[in-house]
Amino acid sequence: MRGIKYAAPTSVEDAISVLAEYGDRARMLAGGTDLIVQVREWVRDIDVMVDAKGIPELTDISFDGDGAMTLGAAAPCVQIYEDQRVVDRYPGLIDAVSIIGGTAIQGRASVGGNLCNSGPAGDTIPPLIIYSASCNIAGPNGRRSVAVEEFCTGPGQNVMAPDELLVSMTLPAPEANSGAHYLRFIPRNEMDIAVVDAGANVTLDNGSIESARLALGAVAPTPLFVRDAGAAIEGKAPNEETYELAAAAAREAATPIDDMRGTVEYRIHMSGVLTVRALRGAVARAKGDEVSGH
Amino acid sequence: MATRTPELVKSGDFNVIGKRPIRHDGVDKVTGRAAYGADIFLPGMLYGKVLRSPHAHATIMSIDTSKAEAIPGVHAVVTYTDLPEPGEGMTELNESGEQATYFKAYNMLAREKVLYDGHAIAAVAATDPHIAEDAVRRIEVEYEHHPPIMNSQQAIDSNGVLLLPDIFTDTEGEIDAAPSNITKHVIYEEGDIEAGFAAADVVVDNEYETATVHQGYIETHNATARWHEDGTLEVWCSSQGQFGIRQELSDLLQMPVSRIKVTPMEIGGGFGGKTTIYIEILAALLSKKTDRPVKMTMDRAEVLKATGPTPGTWEKAKIGATKDGKITAAHVTLYFEAGAFPGSPLAPGCMTALSPYSLKNFRIDGYEVLVNKPHSHAYRAPGSTMSEFAVETAVDEICETLDMDPLKFRLLNASKEGDLRVDGPPFTRVGNIECLENIENSDHWRTRLEQSKEPHLKRGRGIASGFWMNGGGMSSAQGRLNPDGTVTLLEGSVDIGGTRTSVAMQLAEVLGIPVEDVNPIVPDTDSIGYTGVTGGSRVTYATGYAAHEAAHDMIRQMIDGIAGYWDAQPSDVHFEDGQFSSDGKSLSFKKAAKILDDEDVGILGTASVAPSQPGSTFSVQVADVEVDTETGKVQILRYTGTQDAGIAIYPPYVEGQLQGGIVQGIGWALNEEYFYDQDGRLRNASLLDYRMPTALDLPMIETIITEVPNPGHPYGVRGVGEVSIIPPPAAISNAIHDAVGVRMRELPMSPPKVQKAIAANGG
Amino acid sequence: MATKLISGATLVTSVINGDEITFQCEPRDSLLDVLRETLNLTGAKEGCNNGNCGACNVIMDGTLVNSCCVLAVETEGSRISTIEGIATADGLHPIQTAYLENAALQCGVCTPGFIVSTKALLDKNPSPTEHEIRFWLAGNLCRCTGYDKIVRAVQDAAEKMQEA
Repeated sequence: MRGIKYAAPTSVEDAISVLAEYGDRARMLAGGTDLIVQVREWVRDIDVMVDAKGIPELTDISFDGDGAMTLGAAAPCVQIYEDQRVVDRYPGLIDAVSIIGGTAIQGRASVGGNLCNSGPAGDTIPPLIIYSASCNIAGPNGRRSVAVEEFCTGPGQNVMAPDELLVSMTLPAPEANSGAHYLRFIPRNEMDIAVVDAGANVTLDNGSIESARLALGAVAPTPLFVRDAGAAIEGKAPNEETYELAAAAAREAATPIDDMRGTVEYRIHMSGVLTVRALRGAVARAKGDEVSGH
Repeated sequence: MATRTPELVKSGDFNVIGKRPIRHDGVDKVTGRAAYGADIFLPGMLYGKVLRSPHAHATIMSIDTSKAEAIPGVHAVVTYTDLPEPGEGMTELNESGEQATYFKAYNMLAREKVLYDGHAIAAVAATDPHIAEDAVRRIEVEYEHHPPIMNSQQAIDSNGVLLLPDIFTDTEGEIDAAPSNITKHVIYEEGDIEAGFAAADVVVDNEYETATVHQGYIETHNATARWHEDGTLEVWCSSQGQFGIRQELSDLLQMPVSRIKVTPMEIGGGFGGKTTIYIEILAALLSKKTDRPVKMTMDRAEVLKATGPTPGTWEKAKIGATKDGKITAAHVTLYFEAGAFPGSPLAPGCMTALSPYSLKNFRIDGYEVLVNKPHSHAYRAPGSTMSEFAVETAVDEICETLDMDPLKFRLLNASKEGDLRVDGPPFTRVGNIECLENIENSDHWRTRLEQSKEPHLKRGRGIASGFWMNGGGMSSAQGRLNPDGTVTLLEGSVDIGGTRTSVAMQLAEVLGIPVEDVNPIVPDTDSIGYTGVTGGSRVTYATGYAAHEAAHDMIRQMIDGIAGYWDAQPSDVHFEDGQFSSDGKSLSFKKAAKILDDEDVGILGTASVAPSQPGSTFSVQVADVEVDTETGKVQILRYTGTQDAGIAIYPPYVEGQLQGGIVQGIGWALNEEYFYDQDGRLRNASLLDYRMPTALDLPMIETIITEVPNPGHPYGVRGVGEVSIIPPPAAISNAIHDAVGVRMRELPMSPPKVQKAIAANGG
Repeated sequence: MATKLISGATLVTSVINGDEITFQCEPRDSLLDVLRETLNLTGAKEGCNNGNCGACNVIMDGTLVNSCCVLAVETEGSRISTIEGIATADGLHPIQTAYLENAALQCGVCTPGFIVSTKALLDKNPSPTEHEIRFWLAGNLCRCTGYDKIVRAVQDAAEKMQEA
């Protein structure tokens, strides 16, 4: 690994001052499961790692009076899936955080880190999209909030300036009669990067789909909010015929590439398959049924 | 060496053999104390790192090391000019034949050209691994690029692009006039295949492909070298054989083996891939140049890019049979990618391809081609998994056409004692039929496979066989009697998976003592007689044989000593059931040891043996799979394998070899592959993207040990290390066909390929 | 308050296998580097150096982590348990005994990581199902055993620890 400097600030302001000084030569360090490896393998060229884990706001999980959750950007997966409040309210997010890497990776890897890494296949991003999460960003000029589907701008790229940091994500309280499910397709059963991944969040009303948010990963330069897929099924009965409408919209939205993980043709096909499966799981949860995440 | 009749043939008759003791090295390995190659630290040690080519095929125009050398803490940089100019000699490739020393040297450090992504160009020694890494990045190399040749077909139709200028195809001794990327064409034939095919009622004729895959040992390569001022060299490394490492270093450094001492450290897996040197030579050169010990370890990407994966292949199998299920003829054509240099397991691939069957008419054409990939090396039953994948899948197609039970078909055509092997010699007593019968009688085979209730999940069952010759070769052992009746056993075989114990058990059996009273040690090259590599499934067979002989030598010496003590003739002293006796007097082994020590009689039993009848082995396996017809993903539901172990000396580790080989075969079948881009760069050089099976991908692996004693070993041992890897790809391909009706003839059978085949077949 | 930047060699104090230890490291040194090279605790192995094999796993403040993906400077004030701290003067831990008795190792290089991961599992879930064991251990690669005997060893250890 190249020589680096390390800072462990204890407040957001202190972190920003380090970022402001070093610009794009500095980067926040959460679990390090991407960043440390990238720097070690010379694929990310930086001089300073700024440890996020000493800043309480970045590792807290809190709920406001309306039931919205604010999830500290650096809270590791293990902290999230061992928090019964999150398990009860956001099972679609739990689906993702409990399958990232292996158990030891989950001990360190964070949702905020996954988001800032901005990979097209980032496992936690489709769940954040379907839960309508917003990203709380702090910088020298104060704070701003960005809808998660607008956060990533390309492979490895996002809306943050070099002197900004991601503090937390806020997820609105889930609606009554709603359910969400996330799943990914990988060749192994764990320890893999998604070939395609998909999430669905549906709200049922009198036996039909009142609203639906769907998202796909690994089929475009960024994780995709597939608005059309949700629109295609609103007001319809939750059945296979309806799911196929969403699947068709998902296939339409997917613009994948060929790489070692899958071909264009296969990824488009899988966008449909996983959309249907995500919807089945989401509807089952909306009805109060158990759906296994893994 | 004379062949013995097995002393005892039923494992129930043994005191030690067939039991399940705790292995001698176990406690050190569960506490983290066992010292593997990377765990050594020497005073004043430097750290070495390697500069590797990022290009698959290029001429090196210049190498400038000056900026690297200028970094504080850097002690030396070496390139190929630091190696003695290689002569005309040949160097062993162990299970892959032999190779010109020139090419071995060329693979260690690139000369005129770099020939694969990862080819070593230079190595640096520095006071700290970070400094060495920085220095490597400061070495400047100029390249002139050439188109990469990445598979057999490109190698053949190369438009004049040659990897090496002086390769002329050798067809059974006849040398082509024009240079080529095809190094050789070997032919094995018998009978008249045309007549055989003419007599067939059904003929299948298809093409197959298998991807380049890696052995995937968890421990990366490592080496620490200390070049002494008196010109001797010490090396500590993880290898499958300290003597092979010594020989290769001797060949390349052009110094006598007596001046090189290699100490085998614990080894974290090898599977054939650690029977040769890579960074050992670089550590030695750097130590010579710096006058300091130098330690080198590879990272995972280096292991995948620049060690010795197994060849990717392109194959054809044509097999004919009569309508009552007798094979009439077979013609198999194999193209093996040797990688960047000649030498590959083509011959064993050819020799095993058809061996589960008794054949009158066959022909095998084997071609070895050069491609811009790392030089291939042995991987567990080298060559055979690929060639038998084609044949075992073709056999299933014949059974399908004839509507015949694939197990009954195999029984009908099974090779047995006296049948001629493809490469000439007749089979000795083998357990092919017994393995088939054990599967036929297994709970798995006799239990019907239920279909899933989910309509998109289809289940199927497949079966396949595998054959492997097993190796013999030389092994040495020494048993030293201690005054308390325990024995220190020196044995030359590196222990990768419990062989200290399986060898010690054979010595203990002869001596009539508990195996816990034996302390087995694997010493350095100066401290034990020559012993071949831990490969070819040979250790429990050949080194066990040596331990057996050493034990008998100990008994002979003890009888002499006790005869002196009793004032008797040695011929009147008998040893049976752990007791020495003569004329009404009797002594236990322990008491005898004490008395001999008091009498100043030292007991040192030794043996160096080269047993010549390794006892070939078969494996038969059955796989149940579930195919997700929407995604193409294949899940293994149930898996059972048997193999003929001869007599199983140490059964838990025989089971372990079966299970481990099967799971490597499952990985090869489903997801493992080298993924190169169009520029010849390896894109998946990590354990995330080179997808070896995890615990979650598998069910329990059921094992049945078939025991048909090998007449060529005193306890009937065959060898258990390798054959189990062969059947899984074909068994799984056949199971996929049973499930969804598509034939997968290309490895790996990854989800996109299976899904595409299902879709093409009408979903 | 301005944040101090650590650059070059620095001293870090953490509790390793129960002993408070102060060691010197650079920010670029991983916990694995320090355990192996500085403290000579070589039981943690480097199999991949990027979190994909589990051979270097240790327990840090009660959580299983890949020590290759932790910077040594991050461990200031942490409690770390490595394979070397699992057995005691009274003998092997029941997990270690179960691995031996079930022949759950061949080459043994992945074994320390598996045993540490198993300990972290059984600390949280004393009687896991076969699926839970396989899921938990999916980040630990073994190339020798096919995992069968490892899973059985974990089941055996769990049973014996429940009885004790």
